[in-house]
Amino acid sequence: MNTLKNSFREILRYPSAIMGMVVILLLVVIAAYAMIKIPYNNAITLWRGGEDVWYQNPKFAPPAWYNFFLSKKLPVSFTANTMDGSISKKITPGAQGTGTVDLSYTFDFNYDGYPQEMFLYFNNKFQHKQPFVSIMWLTPDGRKIRIGNFGANQKETYRFSQDEKLQIRLKNENVMEGLFVNPETKAPLKGKYQLLITGTTFEKDSDIDAEFVFHGQLYGMAGTDQLRRDLTVALLWGTPVALAFGLIASLGTSVLTMIIAAIGSWYGGWVDELLQRITEINLVLPFFSILIMIGTFYSHSIWVILGVTILLSIFSGSIKAYRAIFLQVKESMYIEAARAYGASDSRIIFLYLIPRMIPLLIPGLVSSIPAFVFLEASLAVLGLGDPVLPTWGKIINDANANGALYKGYYYWIMEPAALLMITGLGFAMLGFALDRIFNPRLRDI
Amino acid sequence: MSQNNKLLRIEELILYFNTTQGAVQAVDGVNLDLDSNRAVVILGESGCGKSSLAKAILRLLPRNAGNYSGRIYINGQDVMLFTEEEFRQNVRWTSISMVPQAAMNALNPVMRVGDQVAEPAMVHLGVNKTEAIAMAKKMFQHVGVPEDFISRYPFELSGGMRQRVAIAMALITSPNLIILDEPTSALDVLTQANIFNVLKRLKRELSISFILITHDIATSSELADDVAVMYAGQIVEMSDAKNFFKEPLHPYSKKLMASVPRLHGDKEPDFIVGHPPSLINLAPGCRFADRCPSRFEKCVQDPPIIEKDGRKVKCWLYS
Amino acid sequence: MVAVTKDNVAEMQAKKGTILLSIKDLRVWFELRRFGFGHAGYVKAVDGVTFDVHHGEAVAVVGESGCGKSSLMKTILGLYKPTKGDVVFDDRNLKDLDTKGKRWFHARVGYVQQDPYGALPPFMNVHRILEEPLIIGGVKSKEERDRRITKALEEVKMSPVDDFLPKFPHMLSGGQQQRIVIARAMIMEPKFLVADEPVSMLDASVRVEILKLLSGLQKTHNLSVIYITHDLATVSYFSERIFVMYAGNLVEKGKVRQILDTPLHPYTMALLTGTSEPDAKNAETFKEIPPGEPPSLVNPPTGCRFHPRCSKIIAGLCDVEEPQEFEPEPGHLVSCWLYK
Repeated sequence: MNTLKNSFREILRYPSAIMGMVVILLLVVIAAYAMIKIPYNNAITLWRGGEDVWYQNPKFAPPAWYNFFLSKKLPVSFTANTMDGSISKKITPGAQGTGTVDLSYTFDFNYDGYPQEMFLYFNNKFQHKQPFVSIMWLTPDGRKIRIGNFGANQKETYRFSQDEKLQIRLKNENVMEGLFVNPETKAPLKGKYQLLITGTTFEKDSDIDAEFVFHGQLYGMAGTDQLRRDLTVALLWGTPVALAFGLIASLGTSVLTMIIAAIGSWYGGWVDELLQRITEINLVLPFFSILIMIGTFYSHSIWVILGVTILLSIFSGSIKAYRAIFLQVKESMYIEAARAYGASDSRIIFLYLIPRMIPLLIPGLVSSIPAFVFLEASLAVLGLGDPVLPTWGKIINDANANGALYKGYYYWIMEPAALLMITGLGFAMLGFALDRIFNPRLRDI
Repeated sequence: MSQNNKLLRIEELILYFNTTQGAVQAVDGVNLDLDSNRAVVILGESGCGKSSLAKAILRLLPRNAGNYSGRIYINGQDVMLFTEEEFRQNVRWTSISMVPQAAMNALNPVMRVGDQVAEPAMVHLGVNKTEAIAMAKKMFQHVGVPEDFISRYPFELSGGMRQRVAIAMALITSPNLIILDEPTSALDVLTQANIFNVLKRLKRELSISFILITHDIATSSELADDVAVMYAGQIVEMSDAKNFFKEPLHPYSKKLMASVPRLHGDKEPDFIVGHPPSLINLAPGCRFADRCPSRFEKCVQDPPIIEKDGRKVKCWLYS
Repeated sequence: MVAVTKDNVAEMQAKKGTILLSIKDLRVWFELRRFGFGHAGYVKAVDGVTFDVHHGEAVAVVGESGCGKSSLMKTILGLYKPTKGDVVFDDRNLKDLDTKGKRWFHARVGYVQQDPYGALPPFMNVHRILEEPLIIGGVKSKEERDRRITKALEEVKMSPVDDFLPKFPHMLSGGQQQRIVIARAMIMEPKFLVADEPVSMLDASVRVEILKLLSGLQKTHNLSVIYITHDLATVSYFSERIFVMYAGNLVEKGKVRQILDTPLHPYTMALLTGTSEPDAKNAETFKEIPPGEPPSLVNPPTGCRFHPRCSKIIAGLCDVEEPQEFEPEPGHLVSCWLYK
């Protein structure tokens, strides 16, 4: 325990280690946040997507903070509905079971660009007679534009851009432009816009609920992809997946490698020879290609990939390094003393040799975590990742498949790439500092 | 004050090392004299600073060396004033050379021993290879290594042989003074006796002076003309060998002498309670006081060096 | 458990005369392999050693490096298998021991090593270090273990005990580390202690302290001790008999004062000449010591192994036939043709 405390104090002397630990802590917090805020099953369902899950989002929308870099601000998506009161609703019962439902929504529009699309989703209650809605658009400069009148079904979707009558009325094929333009300057008109829906119901318990969806050019914290999915889900959830994969693979590999090296070097003879030959053969095998083969022909499941990764990584060059150290430590006086007081071989290996090795293990372990994280991402980019899990590699894969770089959707690739780089950087910094602490001979470098 | 007959005179030599826990006062005001063709033994246990003293004399300072001051007169000239290059040309290995601790294990394993012994001659004296090898053969003769060992590698030699090779390396540039740091501590009894025979012969035939650093009182008497006892970075007693071995003055020296096991003795050997102080943040006053059986009130002050019958002792008991 | 109390002192004295360890014509040879396959000779580290150690007796094995004393010691401890010959401990031959027997043996022999720091696992604290032999020896109860640990530390004078239990080896001085090594060797209350140069890596002032400690423990517990050293001067304080070893053989055996005052074998005489005592006159004289070095254990010289270096060689005898053992005075044996 004391050595851990002393080591910790040593670590704090290295600024790179502190930075690394801060980064890692940040990632862990993000991972925890992701797992709490969006529980696993939820995440899977969300990620599977579907029009009804993500309909509120535009496609291929960069994140909202893009506006920070743009001189011409683009509109950001938002939604409003009657359910949560963002659209105000007033019901006025009339004569003979009729009623008037007034829906009103006011919003600010201070952008230099036009939105992609706007929708009204009606959710109406009635038995036989459908209600009748009349939609009005009020511009900041006082113009009133009649949008449309029609009878609304239980589930009615009104798509502004598709309304041909509206196009004619606005004298503009581009409805969005037509609704938001300043007729004099031909530039977008900024100010408060108001959407007024006057609905008439013809039955006693008939009701009108509406959701107004505004597809701006930008969306949310991280933007959206081709299936309108909010990328924050994948970015958030990619964190625990990446960390877990990296940690398990790294830990599993290191521990197992060390145990195998210990057993081989302690028993010597044919055991040692056999393990060394297996290692040497394994070093020659193409690691990545085998993973691709397994991914293509067998299974994409992340557990299978993890398992094969660990299996192939155990018999790595590290065995030789550990073995060299074990052979040296094996001759120590305290090992001889242990044999003299009757310790069994397994006791010596696990209680005397291996604890000696653990400080040397730690830097290697930390430094190899990014390698495994990148491995998982690489496989995902090649399309061999787990199809169900939202991971960073998957994002890049989707982006690639949809030609993100050609179409200028840089955010789509940059965001997961940035997270991968930060993860790598954090662990690498900590790993190097640990290496210098636990291997004093490197301290002068 | 004529210093011409003195080969070496050290005045107030100080060497501290900087560590994360503070300054290690390894050599803390050492004064030492040595005539030509005399051997002085620096006697002390581990942690008293004796190896650091050797490094301080030869200016072999590590990277974290801090305070380094004092005067070192070699044949009357203060070499502390030399620049690094002057020191390297005129002192190191030309005037004074050294056989460091465990030198026999520090030989270059991939170089023949003949070449290793020849190297200092080529570097410091500027001779060519053939001449240097001839000189090396002569050195081998002096130290008692068979001539045909010139072409062997260190692993082919025994421990005693390798130590003799290390001595030959220090000898080849004909220095006036050789510093030996624990030359025989890892060697067996007979090999040890052999090495001391070699040293005695060198002293007699080549008139070399020696500074022998060791913790082993018994073997130190094999070479000593003078004895200097070192404790916690300071010389606490300096005396000629005859009087010292008959009766040491300083309480520490007395206890050290009493702790030597004897082949033919009836007295049980004694030991000193406690352990030497750490050289960081030393307390004021006499550094041996807390372990001294003869401690009294004056000992809270650092004692001066008192002369008694030509011997020097740093102890209030003799004031 | 064998502390000498007034109740069992008679029993102890009776036992004192009897033999605890008997080594009979022991040979320990290590095979040299060329390229891992071909046979290239044997290193005959121990080549015909016979002696007995009685209950409660301390004997010293004296010899220089390369004489085979380490291999002898490790064979006695059960770490090496004898190539020929027997090691009989408490009337049981080591090669007949099964696993349970081996556990019985290891609990009865303690091992004190030369390098105090290397002998202690650096990642275990004192409590754990001392607990290990107890756990292996089958002491199941934690209270019992703690009690024995406390007792062991008190015996080596490391008190207050609780201060030292959580410490790690690097926090202790050399002398303290060696005390822990001794405590660990004593913790299973052995009958027999093997001490391999226990003080050679310690400072001069600490050596005596540790030797006194060992000597005290030996008397209190009526331990038999084999004390291996190359420093003859310490032997008189800590042994009753001395065995002098050279090139795999014991060349002289006898009581301490017999060997130190009247050595018989030329090698023993050389060792005594080579040992210095603090005396200023030493600087004026050269020591007369045999030339050359100890022989290789792969191809030892024919006949008496010391003959190439011996000044008293009898030509035609010493270089041809291995000397038998003679007993010029009672209890003092020497393998040298001079005493035929």
